Amino acid sequence: MNTESARLRLKTWSCASVVIASNVCGNFFLKRGMPAELGTASDYITVLFRPAVTLGVLLLILWLASRMALLSWADLSYVLPVTSIGYVLVAVAGRLLLHEQITARRWAGIALIMAGVALVSSATAPQTYARPKAGAAAGGRP
Amino acid sequence: MKWLLVGVIVAATTVGEVLQAKGMRQHGEIRDFRPGALGRVAALLARNWLVLGSVAAMAVSFFAYLGLLTVAELSFAVPVTAVTYALETVLAKYVLHERVSWVRWAGASLVIGGVALVSL
Repeated sequence: MNTESARLRLKTWSCASVVIASNVCGNFFLKRGMPAELGTASDYITVLFRPAVTLGVLLLILWLASRMALLSWADLSYVLPVTSIGYVLVAVAGRLLLHEQITARRWAGIALIMAGVALVSSATAPQTYARPKAGAAAGGRP
Repeated sequence: MKWLLVGVIVAATTVGEVLQAKGMRQHGEIRDFRPGALGRVAALLARNWLVLGSVAAMAVSFFAYLGLLTVAELSFAVPVTAVTYALETVLAKYVLHERVSWVRWAGASLVIGGVALVSL
């Protein structure tokens, strides 16, 4: 592995960790803060001001930004499976913090997801072709 | 109602994420993570129609997701939306022209199988 690919892999893993952590925590706080029912359209706005929902939204904004940064150099077909480890962590959070039941079938699914993540992240490079340097597209579109 | 919301989420997320990947690729690799440089990146992206379109699609997906969370468990809502993986991997190959090797197809298939088991 040369220096450039080692640099890209380290950067990819750092950024992917932020993407995964912000997604899992964001989803958790969103679920925590949601009421049992959203009746009218204005309920969708007022619910955003509940503290847990606000925190969830802020974390999901961080998720969106870090994912955009990651996609600026990594393939979508790489990012999708690698960040799917978040599904496992969401299930674990549901079990430990929201006391949801995890059946044997669900654990089997979690194992399959982890196998898929391990396969894609260890056996393929994050990027399959050269991309423009940062800012190269600045004047490229009207 | 639950499955209608799932449909809206899947459609909007797929469109939003493919536009996001295309827009960010057009921008190129972000190398400088200092606040000033990130501010300049944000200003540049705010003029990128692909990125703006992706944010709009993801806003639709977000509000449908809020609706879904009121009627479904977290451990149903999150995995079921991963149907987008199958659609997006296909679009990554044909719209974004990524080289999706057999290893990636195998990995994506494992993830989709796992997600199906988790959400059933």
